[in-house]
Amino acid sequence: MLTAEEIGEIEHEAKNYPVRSAVTIDALQIVQRHRGWVSDEAIQDLANHLGVSKADLDSVASFYNLIYRHRVGRHVIHLCDSVSCWVMGYRQVREELEKQLGIDFGGTTADSRFTFLPVVCLGCCDHAPAMLIDGDLHTDLSPGSIANTLERYL
Amino acid sequence: MLAIEKPLTGNMRGDGSPVDIDAYEAGGGYQALRKILHGMEPKQVTQEIKSANLRGRGGAGFSTGTKWSFVPLGPDVPNPTYLVCNADEMEPGTFKDRLLMERDPHQLIEGMIVACYAIEGDVAYIFLRNEYRLCAERISRALAEAYDRNYLGKNILGSGFNLEMRLHISAGRYMCGEESGLLNALEGKRANPRLKPPYPTTAGLFGKPTVVNNVETLCCVPHIINHGAEWFRALSHSDDGGTKLYGVSGKVKRPGLWELPMGTPVREILEDHAGGMRDGLKLRGLVPGGASTEFITDADLDLPMDFKGLAKAGSRMGTGTMIVLDDNTCPVGMTWNLMQFFARESCGWCTPCWSGLGWAERLLAAMEDGNGEQGDIEKLEQLAKWWSPGNTFCALAPGAAEPLQSALKHFRDDFERHIREGHCPHH
Repeated sequence: MLTAEEIGEIEHEAKNYPVRSAVTIDALQIVQRHRGWVSDEAIQDLANHLGVSKADLDSVASFYNLIYRHRVGRHVIHLCDSVSCWVMGYRQVREELEKQLGIDFGGTTADSRFTFLPVVCLGCCDHAPAMLIDGDLHTDLSPGSIANTLERYL
Repeated sequence: MLAIEKPLTGNMRGDGSPVDIDAYEAGGGYQALRKILHGMEPKQVTQEIKSANLRGRGGAGFSTGTKWSFVPLGPDVPNPTYLVCNADEMEPGTFKDRLLMERDPHQLIEGMIVACYAIEGDVAYIFLRNEYRLCAERISRALAEAYDRNYLGKNILGSGFNLEMRLHISAGRYMCGEESGLLNALEGKRANPRLKPPYPTTAGLFGKPTVVNNVETLCCVPHIINHGAEWFRALSHSDDGGTKLYGVSGKVKRPGLWELPMGTPVREILEDHAGGMRDGLKLRGLVPGGASTEFITDADLDLPMDFKGLAKAGSRMGTGTMIVLDDNTCPVGMTWNLMQFFARESCGWCTPCWSGLGWAERLLAAMEDGNGEQGDIEKLEQLAKWWSPGNTFCALAPGAAEPLQSALKHFRDDFERHIREGHCPHH
């Protein structure tokens, strides 16, 4: 079931569009903000609420990079793997993250603390390599700076 | 003089904080809006933008005034008409629109209001990529300020002109930057491209007339209205009007972003502003304007960075933010990285793209791992030919062909050596 709070936020956003189904992507983000991810059950509940088919809604949910259709950890790391970061040492940073976390892209640590994912160019190429953790931007990364950065996310 | 030479960034604060509405007004902000509301017809505004030779800063370089002129005007047009600001900056290597939105959000909002007046727009959306959190925060605040002072909403400044403006935050996909994919995303759908024609200017968002313009393009608009088309053209070193935000990333001494006259030579941006290559490294090539542009080499550095200039080297200005390849970085690896990006971000709508990009990515991955085979280079050339414009619904795969074809041309020895020696010489 969607909560009253979720429904309230969805209906607020829906006013921005002349067609109800246009709020779909906002609605997915609202549910994810409250629950951390979008489960099969949430897809069904949202489909009922918006009056769209479950299959249509899932095809939208699974299309977008930042809608999580699997359970994620408490903190989500998005490491930029686009070209400027690649030139500036992305591989060494990725290797260090893999070592510290013990997981590769797509993985979640056993204690559910971190999920590790790649992301398209974060638009701070003059401070590459870069990553986002829970939406916070971290730039000018080096393998040596990773441990300290991760410590801030418990 | 600074404010005149750098209209887009001259008013920005040194400490990184945004120009708020009071500071924006004190610097001449919202004067362009007053000027058009009380003295210009919509068609005159479009004509001024057309005369200024403002070309789209999102990469394609289409004349902004011409695009606006395609929108039907008058009482018989089906309402509403939409303006969408493409703020989905996801072209790898591009980091210019972020600065404009974070540091001077009212400049963009005023540009959008003027654009809406010209196209008789009723509703405007800012389509912002999810990762730009600070932009979202600052745009939201600026929108509230603009509503508060009646620059937005009903009967703007007593003129009878009404406009609603909304911020939409995307859930992330490169395809959303493609004009018609963006419109599908804004309608709550997958960001697949639409078959054109019809073009969005006649049948766009929710089937209504829609203009989609890039952030930097719209930021130029208030300045053209304030100072005139002739002034805007004179800012430039070339036929394309205005200044341009140019960026450099890669192993140069001072990576960064600078507002310079349109048509500034590549060498000046690279050497004077970015400080040239880091000590001990040599330039092998660069992609001039994001991932979807052709590599150029040191033989091309004296070309002007504008829409026509780079065509002489078989390339494009794109977004104007260049990514530098040094002699210590593998061109095959860099091309593989680019193809990996395009393959992952393909929406899957048409076959040359979803099938071909993945194939190219696997060939390059094998080559970089030392498992390349004779004939792979020819296969890559053939694939890139299949991605040419006309074979696909949108510009994603043709964009991917640009760095691939040019890398195969300029760095052919590197590709051949990977196959011949069975390993990457840079590893």
